[in-house]
Amino acid sequence: MTLDGLAVNALPGVLLIPAVAAAVFAALPNYWAAARLNVLATALTLVCALSLLLAKPQPSSYLIVDDLNGTFIVLTTFVAFTTSIFSASYIGHELDIGRLTPSSVRFYHAMYQVMMFAMNLALVSNNIGLMWVAIELATLTTVLMVGIYRTHEALEAAWKYFILGSVGIALALFGTILVYMAARPIVGEGRDAMVWSVLVTRAGAFDPALLDVAFVFLLLGYGTKVGLAPLHAWLPDAHAEGPTPISAVLSGLLLNVALYALLRFKMLLAANAGALAPGPLMVTLGLLSLVFAAFMLYRRRDIKRMFAYSSIEHMGIITFAFGIGGPIANFAGLLHMTMHSLTKSAIFFAVGHVAQVKGTQRIADMGGLTETHPVLGWGLILGVVAIAGLPPLGIFMSEFLVVSSTFAREPLLAIILVFGILVGVAGLFLRLNGIAFGEPRGPSAKAQASYVPMFSHLGLVLVAGIYMPPALVLWFQNVAGLLG
Amino acid sequence: MSGIDFDIAHLLAGSLVLVSFLELYQDRLYSLLNVYAVHALVLAASVAWQAFIQDAPHLYITAAIALIFKAVVIPVTLHRIIVRLGIHREIEKAVGVGLTMLAGIGLVALSMVVMLRVTQEADPLAREDLAFALAVVLLGLLMMVTRRNAVSQVVGFMSLENGLVLAATGAKGMPLVVEISVAFSILIAFIVIGIFLFRIRERFDSVDVQALDRFRGERR
Repeated sequence: MTLDGLAVNALPGVLLIPAVAAAVFAALPNYWAAARLNVLATALTLVCALSLLLAKPQPSSYLIVDDLNGTFIVLTTFVAFTTSIFSASYIGHELDIGRLTPSSVRFYHAMYQVMMFAMNLALVSNNIGLMWVAIELATLTTVLMVGIYRTHEALEAAWKYFILGSVGIALALFGTILVYMAARPIVGEGRDAMVWSVLVTRAGAFDPALLDVAFVFLLLGYGTKVGLAPLHAWLPDAHAEGPTPISAVLSGLLLNVALYALLRFKMLLAANAGALAPGPLMVTLGLLSLVFAAFMLYRRRDIKRMFAYSSIEHMGIITFAFGIGGPIANFAGLLHMTMHSLTKSAIFFAVGHVAQVKGTQRIADMGGLTETHPVLGWGLILGVVAIAGLPPLGIFMSEFLVVSSTFAREPLLAIILVFGILVGVAGLFLRLNGIAFGEPRGPSAKAQASYVPMFSHLGLVLVAGIYMPPALVLWFQNVAGLLG
Repeated sequence: MSGIDFDIAHLLAGSLVLVSFLELYQDRLYSLLNVYAVHALVLAASVAWQAFIQDAPHLYITAAIALIFKAVVIPVTLHRIIVRLGIHREIEKAVGVGLTMLAGIGLVALSMVVMLRVTQEADPLAREDLAFALAVVLLGLLMMVTRRNAVSQVVGFMSLENGLVLAATGAKGMPLVVEISVAFSILIAFIVIGIFLFRIRERFDSVDVQALDRFRGERR
């Protein structure tokens, strides 16, 4: 009983802690204290999120916690926590060199928490309208963060993200309205017709044609936020021009949140026998993103931009896996998403420090990193090895599962998939070679870095690749079963 | 529902599509903004009418937002901004008027075909509203892709958003409509402030989006 009591209190905690922290940071002029408190606030949120797993509160008409979003919430709050540790040292350096002013850092910390609030709200919302509002809020805050350096390029990237993101959000709203229209004759007018847990139990009776059209709009709308290929144009700019902790959060978390919204609607369609199968659409977009991004990796000259394309590639694989569906592919998709979030944010932690010590993001101006900064250099290599999907790291396992389950069902698609992955791997290593080895280039001053977040992520990915605890496997299998 | 209620709702939603067409061929920013103000005015009338026939008083708030914020505050602000930028006479198109209008007609036909076919079981008012709303959304998108000037792209986005509000109010009894229209107003306010900021900081020499293309993919 005591556990139940805790969990009832924990759900507001996931939302209230970031909201209160945002208000505090907006009023707190001392950036050093704010950076520390930021770590504390995200740690508390993580504790609340973990306690949600122990005992789930009853779904209300606005909020819900089930096994599916429980996974996402824990992943989100964990990466938010480690990123806040990295952010403290990163932002300290940016202040020292004068790229950021104390007032913009104050703004940064407040926005960081607003963003966490918006993402957590999007994950726990049971109302599809509320979910839409939360994702819009997350978009707005990230736009502000991307433009925080106020350089020409940063403002342009923020503007581009803003316009494309807004159009995506608008299309998603149209899809949401259509879902309501489909639900209204069955569920009745008013609030219940937008409550997801009600919708999914009654979806079988909805008008399939209306649901089909709604899903197309939702796929295009939220797909823009996932960064799926023809709609990805905002993503590389936003990653390259914003502060690196934000790149880590964008890649590791925000893309997942948009994907989560898509998965919820996919489950709605799956519950209706007459509606079109969402799988093939997602498979197509996923494969397109994978192959396109893999080729784009070759000619990148900016290191953050390169890893942004790698994020598009991996979101493509994950969307593909969920599109294939079935217990094994869904399991692989979930695992890949988790591993990608951990690995990609670890890579951005390394890249952030590398760009700081070298004073540039141009790949051509950094070389021989393993000689000048061995810890950073080898950390980055380990990260790239992990993201490339080499054994024994976690992504190898999830990619292997995606490929093998696809071979069993759609061998032709599997060939394209493997081709895309291999092209991507070669592209990454080609660039990595220039960065990590060879003649040292650029400044070799000692890095003032915090290595703990990076290596803790990579450690988790390594452990997951070698040994997955049976409890975790069971958990993922359970969630994969939910996804259908 | 009596015939006249339906007819008036139909008339207002149809006028919104018509005004969207008017926006498509305005070739000066000033007149474009004026037409947009009319667009928002028609939307406000349409939403208020929906509030009346659905007996849903909260929709009057949405109508008031459309009337005050979209039909007055935003156009006036944008007028001032473009005067300060000195671009109030010019407008460029990436595609010619004739082609744009033809594409617009095609999009309206498309939205009628799609929406009327899939909503055969919905009630007639919502059905027509949805078809018109999709037409307005698509025309807004068309405007965003055929214009190169950042201000007229924003006008395209705002009329797209008007189409969404029309759809949301036409869906009878939909919750959160007011909240959603507030959220959108915040978004638009941000966009307008964004245009302003770009200029204030003297980062851009023009608001022509082609200037953004310099930053495409790679830094030099």
